[in-house]
Amino acid sequence: MTRVVPYLALFGAALLLPLFSNDYWAVIGARAAVYWILVGGLNLVVGFGGQLAIGYVALLTLGAYTASVMVARYDLNPFLSYGAAGVVGAIAGVIVGLPALRLRTFYFAMTTLGFATIVTQVALAWQSVTGGGIGLSGPALPAPFDSQWGFYLLAVALAALVTRLSANVAHSRFGRSLVAIRDAEVAAEAVGIAKPRLLATVFLFSGACAGVAGGLFATLQSYITPEAFSFDLSVTFFIAILVGGRGSILGPLIGNIILTLLPEFAAPLVAWSTFLYAALLLAIVLAMPGGIAALLDFRNRRPLPANRSIVPQPLRIAGHGTARGAIELKNVVLAFGGVRAIDGLDMTIRPGEVHGLIGPNGSGKTTTLNVISGYYAPQQGEAFLGTTPLPHGAPQARAALGIARTFQTPRLIGEASVLDNVMIGATIEGRASFLESVLCLPRHRADEKRLKARAMDALATVGLDALADVRADRLQHSELRFMEIARGLILNPAFILLDEPAAGLSGEEIKRLGELIKAMAQQGIGVLLVEHHADLIFDICDRVTVLNLGRELAAGTPADIRAHKEVVSAYLGA
Amino acid sequence: MLAAILAAGLAVGATYALIGITYNLMFSASRVMSFTAGQLGMAGGVLGALFIARLGLPVIPGFILALAGCALIGVVTEYVAVRPVLKALDQHLYVLSTLGLALMIQQFTAIEWSTEPQPFPRLLGLSTTGPWDEKFWLPILACAVAVGGLEYLYRHTLIGRAFLAIAEDNFAARALGLPERNLRIASFALAGVVGGLAGFASGELLLAFFANGAMLNFLGFVPVALGGLGNNRGAVIGGLALGLFQQAANFIVGGVFASVAVFTVFILVLLLRPQGLFGAPVARRV
Repeated sequence: MTRVVPYLALFGAALLLPLFSNDYWAVIGARAAVYWILVGGLNLVVGFGGQLAIGYVALLTLGAYTASVMVARYDLNPFLSYGAAGVVGAIAGVIVGLPALRLRTFYFAMTTLGFATIVTQVALAWQSVTGGGIGLSGPALPAPFDSQWGFYLLAVALAALVTRLSANVAHSRFGRSLVAIRDAEVAAEAVGIAKPRLLATVFLFSGACAGVAGGLFATLQSYITPEAFSFDLSVTFFIAILVGGRGSILGPLIGNIILTLLPEFAAPLVAWSTFLYAALLLAIVLAMPGGIAALLDFRNRRPLPANRSIVPQPLRIAGHGTARGAIELKNVVLAFGGVRAIDGLDMTIRPGEVHGLIGPNGSGKTTTLNVISGYYAPQQGEAFLGTTPLPHGAPQARAALGIARTFQTPRLIGEASVLDNVMIGATIEGRASFLESVLCLPRHRADEKRLKARAMDALATVGLDALADVRADRLQHSELRFMEIARGLILNPAFILLDEPAAGLSGEEIKRLGELIKAMAQQGIGVLLVEHHADLIFDICDRVTVLNLGRELAAGTPADIRAHKEVVSAYLGA
Repeated sequence: MLAAILAAGLAVGATYALIGITYNLMFSASRVMSFTAGQLGMAGGVLGALFIARLGLPVIPGFILALAGCALIGVVTEYVAVRPVLKALDQHLYVLSTLGLALMIQQFTAIEWSTEPQPFPRLLGLSTTGPWDEKFWLPILACAVAVGGLEYLYRHTLIGRAFLAIAEDNFAARALGLPERNLRIASFALAGVVGGLAGFASGELLLAFFANGAMLNFLGFVPVALGGLGNNRGAVIGGLALGLFQQAANFIVGGVFASVAVFTVFILVLLLRPQGLFGAPVARRV
């Protein structure tokens, strides 16, 4: 509940503003609210999704002109014209956003910048509709919204609505998936997050917000020309989010208010305001990448208990209901250039068994794992689940087949809580649609409750339930390894692929890890264990495959392998 | 008309190509794409107009001072916006830090210089006009000199080979004992000189105008996107093609639609071949 207190305070203060200030402040306040309607939506794209959309003023322009033209030339009801602006904004948002699927960071930033330039130029040149440089008047609202305070209250109400809606998204599987794409894209694929669909939906939402904000902006300005939509404005939106802090809603809200109000308190600096914002951006990036949100994150500044230990409680594991047989590799070949990383490998991983995969560095262990989890497509041969071939190059399809994995270096979402990191693992089991999540409908709430309970179960299983609310990047390395296992277990997987889970663990922790893995196998989960710790392998594996130069050197029970001469001389040592 | 399109197209194209090379120089030394590339071009024009037209210096000292100023901006970029974020290259903070610095340069120029385009002095004062006017062939000459100079540097000098080594494999180069940090600073200074040269040589064409920075940022990036990251020859071909295409579209369908056409082609090329027309795809790490 404490989560909503700052929002209530901010919007409560906004409602009290009319009681003790003049009309001038109504305009400033309305401007802050209108900007927030855009920034609140953009925050999901930039702050949560990590997509560097720096040209969002283009969508504001489109919204403003759509609403104005609809009212001025077609006599549409002004409120409907805002709706039209929202629709145009949503469509344009998807168009601006889609290159993000192929292009990264700087490239994507450049395309949005280019789009912003184009929209302004078209607004200037298309005189018959936009009035060109002369401009046209914005939609005028009927009473009671025609007064400055009337409009102010409307804008604040809409701003509050956007805050709520974006918070709903942020605290849904969609918000968590966005952060996962931002911070751990490979892990996001492994848990089955479909990036194109997710990004398109979010761009649609934020575009609609920007379009509506544009319509309101036109009313606020009462008269619009292309000059009103300078690139500086775009930069202000973008910087408000970064000053506020990534992955937060309160931070950017405060950032937006500060950036809108700042020039009012320092009139001589108005000409320098964009310069100061740019300097602020630089300073934030260099000195305080967490922004305002990190300053306000008191909970994560409390020290964690120093000598905490991980005590798994492996009783809570549930097996996968519908096991579809074993994972089988048949004559798999994969070469990188001239190097044959896997050279004709046959292997079977059965449900309920722990299958060890060992071998010297560069023998193809992790590559094999990447073939099974779909990151690499084999050039010859095939990987099967039961009798159906596993689709090539589609890592995001593995989670639905009940195949979970961990990574050699833990892929964590550092700025999210441990609980969120684990909940990501069951993203594909969410039932509520994006719309249901935005509106916080019953199915969304049921989803959240169910996933949270299962995440807590998974955390208790690996022994990290006490740390559920801690930011993941504060955990020790060994805890991150167990956290990744929990992220796999929440899926109730049929198979779990563990890539060197014992690396960096203490002797005691390795022992507990071994018990946890054995318990997983007892519940019917097939475990593929890539490891260097021979003791652990021989302790818990039902079957071991030894690789050398991409080929199987030996395979069999641990006892067979221990007795195998070549393995002993090549790998284990005498 | 064809001569006019060719002259104007090759002139602006050469300018875009030089900005593309500026991007490449900074990228090869640091794996950072910097928003200051276009601002360097803008600064070359503004500083040239400042030293020669406003302060009345002769052309040669004015030229040298303008390039020195741009080299300084390059070095400042390295110190302020690149070095602090190099450690976290995968977090892409450099996009934000260089954007911040670029905006600061642009706003500072807008306030302290002018928000209106200012005239750039006639450099040679030759009496030729039309397509053979110096404002058209100066950028082309500058581009040829820069490309030739860089080729010579890379192929025939030790420091040039060191640049190549850093660009090829930073870790290996450091392991060989190359002074990576100093080479990086030198690369950024060199990028500043090339960017400044672009702005200075095209000053008579584009004028001394603060908003040129943003324009060159985008249009100078297009040749990089077309030609492939780090590929200077690709940037030259891409830049000249872009200039010709833009000017032809300008003459035929008008300025706004030329911009739309350039943008559309840019997006299409990027979406179809994200590694550029001449670039090779990079394998991703899992």
